[in-house]
Amino acid sequence: MSLIQEIDYGTPASRAEKTVRLVIDGTTIDVPEGTSVMRASMEAGIKVPKLCATDMVDAFGSCRLCLVEIEGRNGTPASCTTPVAEGMVVHTQTGRLKDIRRGVMELYISDHPLDCLTCAANGDCELQDMAGAVGLRDVRYGYEGHNHVKARDNGEANPRYMAKDESNPYFTYDPAKCIVCSRCVRACEEVQGTFALTIEGRGFDSRVSPGMHESFMNSECVSCGACVQACPTATLTEKSVIAIGQPEHSVVTTCAYCGVGCSFKAEMRGEEVVRMVPWKDGKANRGHSCVKGRFAWGYATHKDRILNPMVREKITDPWREVTWDEAFAHVAKEFRRIQYQYGKGAIGGITSSRCTNEETFLVQKLVRAGFGNNNVDTCARVCHSPTGYGLGKAFGTSAGTQDFDSVEHTDVVILIGANPTDGHPVFASRLKKRLRQGAKLIVIDPRRIDLVRSAHVEASHHLPLKPGTNVAVLTALAHVIVTEGLFDEAFIRERCDWSEFEDWASFVAEPAHSPEATEQFTGVPAEEVRGAARLYARGGNGAIYYGLGVTEHSQGSTTVMAIANLAMVTGNIGRPGVGVNPLRGQNNVQGACDMGSFPHELPGYRHISGAEVRDVFEKLWGVELNPEPGLRIPNMLDAAVDGTFRGIYIQGEDILQSDPDTRHVQAGLAAMECVVVHDLFLNETANYAHVFLPGSTFLEKDGTFTNAERRINRVRKVMSPKNGLADWEVTLKLAQAMGLNWAYSHPSQIMDEIALTTPSFASVSYKLLEEKGSVQWPCNEARPDGTPVMHLDGFVRGKGKFIRTEYVATDERSGPRFPLLLTTGRILSQYNVGAQTRRTDNVAWHAEDLLEIHPHDAEQRGIRDGDLVKLASRSGETALRAKITERVAPGVVYTTFHHPGTQANVITTDYTDWATNCPEYKVTAVQVSPSNGPTVWQREYDAQAAQSRRIATEAALEPAE
Amino acid sequence: MSPDKLRYQANQIATFFASQPEEEQVEGVADHINKFWDPRMRRQLFEIADQSTEGFKPMVVAALAKIRRPESVAG
Ligand code: SF4
Ligand code: SF4
Ligand code: SF4
Ligand code: FES
Repeated sequence: MSLIQEIDYGTPASRAEKTVRLVIDGTTIDVPEGTSVMRASMEAGIKVPKLCATDMVDAFGSCRLCLVEIEGRNGTPASCTTPVAEGMVVHTQTGRLKDIRRGVMELYISDHPLDCLTCAANGDCELQDMAGAVGLRDVRYGYEGHNHVKARDNGEANPRYMAKDESNPYFTYDPAKCIVCSRCVRACEEVQGTFALTIEGRGFDSRVSPGMHESFMNSECVSCGACVQACPTATLTEKSVIAIGQPEHSVVTTCAYCGVGCSFKAEMRGEEVVRMVPWKDGKANRGHSCVKGRFAWGYATHKDRILNPMVREKITDPWREVTWDEAFAHVAKEFRRIQYQYGKGAIGGITSSRCTNEETFLVQKLVRAGFGNNNVDTCARVCHSPTGYGLGKAFGTSAGTQDFDSVEHTDVVILIGANPTDGHPVFASRLKKRLRQGAKLIVIDPRRIDLVRSAHVEASHHLPLKPGTNVAVLTALAHVIVTEGLFDEAFIRERCDWSEFEDWASFVAEPAHSPEATEQFTGVPAEEVRGAARLYARGGNGAIYYGLGVTEHSQGSTTVMAIANLAMVTGNIGRPGVGVNPLRGQNNVQGACDMGSFPHELPGYRHISGAEVRDVFEKLWGVELNPEPGLRIPNMLDAAVDGTFRGIYIQGEDILQSDPDTRHVQAGLAAMECVVVHDLFLNETANYAHVFLPGSTFLEKDGTFTNAERRINRVRKVMSPKNGLADWEVTLKLAQAMGLNWAYSHPSQIMDEIALTTPSFASVSYKLLEEKGSVQWPCNEARPDGTPVMHLDGFVRGKGKFIRTEYVATDERSGPRFPLLLTTGRILSQYNVGAQTRRTDNVAWHAEDLLEIHPHDAEQRGIRDGDLVKLASRSGETALRAKITERVAPGVVYTTFHHPGTQANVITTDYTDWATNCPEYKVTAVQVSPSNGPTVWQREYDAQAAQSRRIATEAALEPAE
Repeated sequence: MSPDKLRYQANQIATFFASQPEEEQVEGVADHINKFWDPRMRRQLFEIADQSTEGFKPMVVAALAKIRRPESVAG
């Protein structure tokens, strides 16, 4: 194993199709027009010395080290800023160039500390490399004159010296080592799109500065790490590198946080991670990352991780550590007993969207083949199940239609109920880049999210609808498109059923669906709706991106259908730059759904009632499958309260914290006789568990994740599982204990089984992934390279289906007791229920959940910024701090759900999507009032949790946290 | 599940199909429940509806004839 060294071509690739032929140092090479001479040289294998250029950002031409001579041209142009031309003859190494370069390096080095031996970048420093490359042998100038290096000169304080900025928990900024190449500034602008850094001052005195002379932590910086990657010196350096040293080998793997699915190089020393560096060839992220994947992996070695299996009779008992074999035998015995006593259907399982495809596949297989029922569900139930239902109905397949690269060809983006700068940051960066190039943005969201207006990005339309009125607004958009004749008739005639279209068109054209008629209850000015509809229909390639603000409603599935209608009616399907794109929350939501995690369908979205499909699995597995759909998570909990469901195996999910109506979840869990939690930490659900099976992190196992663009990415093991077993091995051994004759020795065999049984995965294998890096399903004989854009020549279901979408107001309404509407979301630095991110330094950004409230509503209630407030709904109440902001409209409040102490889900109700039972997280009627402490519920909860987390040691009892 | 919640969920499905073309309405409700409700939920549906269809939308009542009746053994 060695350290993967990616080639830095110095400047970004040109996309031009026309090529140009030139000669560099005697080598003839053809490159696309617009390529820089520097990049062309690198492609010819010639490294021109450089400092201020790197291929993640546009060239700037400031260091003068990359000079070349070009025949027939005067002077020594900079190769990074000079484009190639037909017939050019370039010399990169001449006597004149050598002298200039040495002179340049001498100046740099004369103002740079010479502590290379003890510098954290030793061995990974481009300044060092260049000094070597140009043959610098002595430096005539010392630090006697002006310098940035020494804190004191002759006993006097040096005014040019700036101390290290160590405010960011993950990287340091040491101005003494800065060569002012501005690579960091450009990375922050061009790659991340945050514009947090500037160059202050001029000439010799110029400096990099976050914001207006602030510390990194107090600036706009979102800690994405792009500047750290871009920095050629030790000026910006990961603290982990400072602490550990330079890595010696690296392995490419996939981030385990969000649905973007960024590829990283895990840079290692032995089994210790030194740093995670985004991989340039990663097709989802193209070399970029966010703070979570880049830096927040410390949870993997956090002291709270549970490493031994544990069992207890009652949830009031302390935990007892046991061996793996005892744990498996115990679960097998209990599950069989429960089935014997209460029926086959009395147990079930939940697959994890955080685990790999192979692992979720095994859990659903265990349930269907081992438990003999279909009571398997996944936490996608609570996020994107309506996507599956809605897109399945409209297009015939349940997935986003594009790849992330598609956004580079988009002219108009509609963003609905998603906040990518926080939820899907790397996609947000790519979107912002496109917006800066001139694409237009329409935001449909109750909150004024960052993208509505931020550095160099401004939405053309923001439709700040009342929570719960998505369907009305989207149908009004369709109304405008149909009644103003903005639809794409040719597309519809060719690709959809014309009579279905006519039926739908007459429905949306009804005056009741016009923007003017719906304005009174959606709160969106009719003119804005009309403007947005015209822009989307006629502004070129239109793409819709949406998130949980669409799905987590009682009309979630209807909203997804309304989105599909809009894309079809405008012909925005089936080519790059358009489409319907669900932004998936957790890393493997897409994969968990693909792998048959839903109770009604086998892998590949095939309904369990189909005899032919069952037959495929029955033959292979040697069992008869139950043709009836099983219970969904909310149904399991209902059935538990009714006494017909008594045992559950929960792989890597925390339903007590993530699912709505916490009290109901508690009641359901408490009613069960054997709750098995398989996770990294004693999560909230584990407070009600009888068996705890320790899980492994993504660093400790092999497998695959499928991201929001259907891309199957490899996850690679870089260290041995601290708990002893990878998660797939845990499920495997549990199945064996239950008498199943499974024999897998590597996850690749599980993928082979998936490919064998699931047509859309037919050609997928670890070998193929090794060759191609990643593929997007469908990947089969018809599409051996996978499918970046779906529905190219026709819809998967044949004709696209227009479906009428009638707005129905949710029954969750504000009234005199609960006059405000609560909606929920997430923030950048934390992830989902926060079990991982809360165990990293990311808490520096988000130590607690806050309630955002409009100044008007706050004033009426006598609430000041930072006050502890009580948040109450008909389900329950909790206390948290208020943040007064105009990002939320009057009448709307907003919070996140990352911290168990707050438990926003005590407040959410049991209303669900009509089709899928996806909970209505995004609308809850609430009241807010001043408070002087945690609610009774919070105190009782904390007491129960503390009691429940005790682990018995030989003699004494100790709390685990 | 409480009878109220079950009725509520069945009616929610009917509400969606109420706006669909007429020939798809009753069929749609029945098909949806057959596809997504596990046998014990359907059993409960019949236990309630066999006694009284009060509180159910007429479309749900009309769909009952097309909803698969589960056998009485547990799922
Ligand atoms: S970490 Fe990212 S956001 Fe912060 S300054 Fe660097 S590039 Fe900009
Ligand atoms: S901090 Fe690094 S990247 Fe930024 S200007 Fe200084 S040396 Fe260049
Ligand atoms: S959390 Fe998402 S955006 Fe951030 S690095 Fe991981 S996959 Fe990429
Ligand atoms: S690398 Fe070209 S001028 Fe710096």
